[in-house]
Amino acid sequence: MCSSFLKWGAVAALLVAAGGAQGRALRVCADPNNMPLSNEAGEGLENKLVELIAQELNAEVRYTWWAQRRGFLRNTLKADICDLVPGLPANLEGVRTTAPYYRTSYVFVTRFDGPEVSSFNDPVLRQVKVGVHLIGDDGSNTPPAHALARRGIIDNVRGYMIYGDYNQPNPPARILDALADGEIDVAIVWGALGGYFAQHGKVPLKVVPVRPAFDGPQLPMVFDISMAVRKEDEALRQEIDAVLSRRRADVDAILSSYGMPRLDGGLKQAGRAP
Amino acid sequence: MGYTRLAFVLACLLLAQRPLPGLAQAQPQPVPPSFAAAPEDGQWTIPQKNFASTRYSDLSEINTDTVKNLQVAFTFSTGVNKGQESAPLVVGTTMYVLSPYPNILYALDLSLPGAPMKWQYNPKPAAAAQGVACCDVVNRGPTFANGKVFFTTLDAHVVAVNADTGEEVWKTKLGDINRGETMTMAPLVVKDKVIVGISGGEYGVRGWIQALDTSSGQSAWKAYNTGPDQDVKIGPAFRPFYDSDKGKDLGISTWPADAWQQGGGTVWGWLSYDPDLNLLYHGTGNPGPWNPNQRPGDNKWTAGIFARDPDTGEARWFYQTAPHDIHDWDTINEMILLDMEWDGKPRKVLVHPGRTGFVYVIDRTTGEVLSAKPFHALTASTGFDMKTARMQVNPDKEPVNNRVIRDICPTAPGAKDWNPSAFSHKTGLLYIPHMNMCMDWESVEPNYIAGTPYVGAEVRMYPGPGGHMGEFSAWDIREGKELWTINERFPLWSGALATAGDVVFYGTMDGWFKAVHARSGEVLWQFKVDSGIIGQPTTYRGPDGKQYVAILSGVGGWAGAIVSGDLDPRDGTAAKGFVNAMRELKNVTTKGGTLYVFKLP
Repeated sequence: MCSSFLKWGAVAALLVAAGGAQGRALRVCADPNNMPLSNEAGEGLENKLVELIAQELNAEVRYTWWAQRRGFLRNTLKADICDLVPGLPANLEGVRTTAPYYRTSYVFVTRFDGPEVSSFNDPVLRQVKVGVHLIGDDGSNTPPAHALARRGIIDNVRGYMIYGDYNQPNPPARILDALADGEIDVAIVWGALGGYFAQHGKVPLKVVPVRPAFDGPQLPMVFDISMAVRKEDEALRQEIDAVLSRRRADVDAILSSYGMPRLDGGLKQAGRAP
Repeated sequence: MGYTRLAFVLACLLLAQRPLPGLAQAQPQPVPPSFAAAPEDGQWTIPQKNFASTRYSDLSEINTDTVKNLQVAFTFSTGVNKGQESAPLVVGTTMYVLSPYPNILYALDLSLPGAPMKWQYNPKPAAAAQGVACCDVVNRGPTFANGKVFFTTLDAHVVAVNADTGEEVWKTKLGDINRGETMTMAPLVVKDKVIVGISGGEYGVRGWIQALDTSSGQSAWKAYNTGPDQDVKIGPAFRPFYDSDKGKDLGISTWPADAWQQGGGTVWGWLSYDPDLNLLYHGTGNPGPWNPNQRPGDNKWTAGIFARDPDTGEARWFYQTAPHDIHDWDTINEMILLDMEWDGKPRKVLVHPGRTGFVYVIDRTTGEVLSAKPFHALTASTGFDMKTARMQVNPDKEPVNNRVIRDICPTAPGAKDWNPSAFSHKTGLLYIPHMNMCMDWESVEPNYIAGTPYVGAEVRMYPGPGGHMGEFSAWDIREGKELWTINERFPLWSGALATAGDVVFYGTMDGWFKAVHARSGEVLWQFKVDSGIIGQPTTYRGPDGKQYVAILSGVGGWAGAIVSGDLDPRDGTAAKGFVNAMRELKNVTTKGGTLYVFKLP
């Protein structure tokens, strides 16, 4: 079924091209329900970056919406139903990634009147209620979950599934609702999520990148983020790279407008909420 | 450790070389309980064949002499090229076949030439369920009772269908795929209740088992496998054998803070029932989704076996095969109910070949473990303490962050996974389809999910000692040892079938359906089907009085996902590391979904 759909799609694309329309389509796979990164309404920062790229390539964006869960890349990029996936860790195995366009880290998020936390070694983390995201893939979880476990910080930790309830908007954001509601005192989340919801949440929140940035050699808290194409799609990668480089200032402005805590000296550090 | 393993391997090799094992032992072999020893009616109405789950038929027209003449009687396409783990059922003159997602139920008329389709019923499950299922979109079979066929759907519904007409009688939604809840197990009907459980431990689902009224589909009781005693249905009648299972609210206190709320302990495997004791037996899945060092404690009531009152759900005893599981060792495998003499006393036992690599013999009245003997090369554990009934975990092989650990045996799917063994009422032996695999565990792979980067475990599985990945073994339950074993290139992911003809059947992932001598392990007949086999063979007497054997082909499941899910063989860590071991599968088989039925000329 999938392959016949693809063939039909290819035929349709050819017809459009033959009809003399501009024709170029930028086929993108993204999560329809995962702000601040992407959503079906096109409100996410990745949506904005993709628009910018399409504009430069004189192409029309065509989305395939797919929840970013297990099998996402296999069923989307690798299944050839799209050519570009924004927002993956640089040098991810199995795909070809562009030069990174931002670097952020996991962050401590607290209510404005909440505790000051800047390091996993901070004693306050043993006293207050701490929320982390869980993934549960073979006992692998987010680096902060492992960092807390290594320190024996266990009984005051609450888990929030990164998958969450997909009926709800932006399931990974539940942990920040819990913080606003006082269920927990510290949420340790990926910077993109923390920076955005600190600005758009119910109550003012503070955002501080976690330290240490590498909790032992195998537990990085900091990741460079790139866009990804199929391994053999070197030409497209070069095009995207060129756009990201040429429009660097606009890319930085978009990231900044979403409150991205930058660790790569982006134009504007958005590390603190108003 | 190396020496122990070598000794084990040598022992297996020696046993494998032995000709006919001497079955005339001083001690009698176990026998099926009376409720499983009724005269053969020639049908196969539930995947387990009977409440004792022996998967044995008293039919013997196909026997060690005649089996060589088996030929195809008819075939039928399920129309779905995904992993076919289901068991074909036969009730009267109708065969029922259930496909993987989209879970279409077909009824075939065995009284007419070529067994044409009588009807099909499509529950139309939500397509999004496919993205949630952990390990291919399999289903482990329908079950029949009181004129209805019951089965679960991937999007977590239970359906009752009129067995004559194919009309839906009721359909009850028990879970939400948006929260990661799916269903893949075969239900079991006990009296007027159909009993089912939920899958999805890796999504943080809190596991439960539930009984629905067979006529209305209304819930009669529901018991969770983590949390307060009240939720788990632990009350005054709960009398576990071991001290570690005694105490108030262990489903809370053996976890940190509220971790039990997302504790796993799902129910997706096999159920058995003892009508004399009126006890239902079910296993519970592994704890999740916390990493092990974030959930210190035994993590009750995950990775263990419950005995419950099927009328109320009240727990009677519990035994935990993997306290504080660190290897993904669900306890969902088959529970075979037998009677045997143990130390001079008659015992009602439950036999469970576990993912841990031990075959457990448990007193099913009390939950006392009578023996636990290894049937797989073991490095993850160093032995078994009979006093506490705990496996001795090898701390050197614990998957932990920041450490590369090599040569962990068995692997995450365990010494054997869901695919059920069969017990021959005639030879008194258990026939276990299982694996022979080890793995390396490195926590270095950068990964991401829902826009969140993380460092995942890079798991690579590979063949165990001897270089093969599957074994089909005849097991002496009393002695706790293999009598013979057949080595297979790929892991065995199909079930087994035992018959009074002293012929035992199973299938391989490269597509061979095999009939072997129940006493010697000699392969008497084999047939190459169109795809790999991960289904459950069944046998029946047709309307013409002849004996037939049925099996679904169609590779897939966790082990076969490289083919059914089009995984990239270059990515050895795909399917949680299974792909590394299964690269060659793509070179020997393709997807499929075909019923094969065989008979003598």
